[in-house]
Amino acid sequence: MARIRKDTERETPELSTSSLPDIIFMFLFFFMAVTTMKEITFKVRVSPVLATEVQKLENKSLTRYVYVGKPMEQYKKSFGSETRIQLGDVFADINELETFIVSERSAMNEDDQNMMTVSIKADKDTKMGIINDIKQTLRRAYALKIVYSANKDIRNQQ
Amino acid sequence: MGKKRKISEINSSSMADIAFLLLIFFLVTTSMNTSTGLSRRLPPPLLKDQVVPPVDINKRNIFIVKVNSQNQLMVQGEEMNIRDLRQKAREFITNEANDVKLPVKTMVNIPLIGEIEITKDHVISLQNDVDTQYQVYIEVQNELVAAYNELRNELSKEKFGKLFDDLDEDQKKAIQAVYPQKISEAEPKNYGGVK
Repeated sequence: MARIRKDTERETPELSTSSLPDIIFMFLFFFMAVTTMKEITFKVRVSPVLATEVQKLENKSLTRYVYVGKPMEQYKKSFGSETRIQLGDVFADINELETFIVSERSAMNEDDQNMMTVSIKADKDTKMGIINDIKQTLRRAYALKIVYSANKDIRNQQ
Repeated sequence: MGKKRKISEINSSSMADIAFLLLIFFLVTTSMNTSTGLSRRLPPPLLKDQVVPPVDINKRNIFIVKVNSQNQLMVQGEEMNIRDLRQKAREFITNEANDVKLPVKTMVNIPLIGEIEITKDHVISLQNDVDTQYQVYIEVQNELVAAYNELRNELSKEKFGKLFDDLDEDQKKAIQAVYPQKISEAEPKNYGGVK
C-alpha cells in the first residue's frame, strides 16, 4: 500500500453551499411565474398555426379547449390516422362536442357563463371541413366566443 | 454565573434538496406556452323555422374573399396572392378616393373624434372550401385583422398620438366605431373541387 504523501492531506476549504437553496428557490419562483399548469396530456399532434396579429387570452379559467389533429403514434393503432378531436383528456366525436360545451358551461358560475370562450387548437394541416363542423356545433351550443389558437409569428415582422 | 447555552442551528443542508424537488415538480407539471390567438365571434344559430331575411347589402359593400381547396385565393373575383390581400382590404375599408365600386361612405359623429366619413356598412365575407388548409385560412384571417389593426393604429396616432393598444377605453371605443371589425365567416360551400 502506497503511503499518502503528506502535502496532499492539506485541507481544502469546503465549498459553501449555504446559498444553494436560495438559488434554487429563485429558479423555482421564476418557473412558477412564467409557466402555466398543463391543461391536459395531448393525444393528438398539434403543431400550432402561426399568425402575426395574435392577442393574449384574457381569462384562462373561462376558456375551454378543443384540440384537433392527427392522433399521436401510440394511439394510431386504436384510433386510426385520420384527424380527430380531443376534448379534455379523451378523444371525442364531433357530436359529443355540444354536450361537452353545455356541461362545461353549466359547471361555471352563472355570471361567467356567457363569458365562456372556446379555444380551437388545431393542427396547421387540418382541413377546414372539420373546423367548419366544430364551428357549426359551437354555434348550436351558443358558445359564440371563440379563439383560433395561434402562435406569434416572429419570422417576418416588419 | 449563567451558563451560555448554545442554541443548535437548524440544519439547512436539506433545504436545497427540498427546493430542487419543488423545482422539478413545477418543471414537469407546467408548460411554457402562453395562449395566444385570434378572437372571433360566431353569429348566433338560426332557429329551425327561421327564415333568413334577404340580406339587403349593397353589392359594393361586400368584400368577398374565397379560398379554394388548393389554397388559392380569390378576392372580389380575381385571383390574388396573399401578400396583396392586406393592401386590398385596406383600400376597401377606407375607400379613400370615394370610388363607386368601393363601399358607401356616410358621415357620422363620433365622440372624441368628431365628424368623420366612414364606410359604415362594409362587410368582409370570408368563404372557404372543405379542403382548405387550416394554416391558410388563419393566414387570410390574420391579414384581414392586420389590415384593421393598421388602420386603427394610424387613426389613433393621428388623433391621440398613441398606438391603439395604449389608448384608454373611451378612445378605443371611438376608434373602433370608425373601423369596426366586420369579418363574416360564411357557411361552408364547395368551391372549385370535384369530390
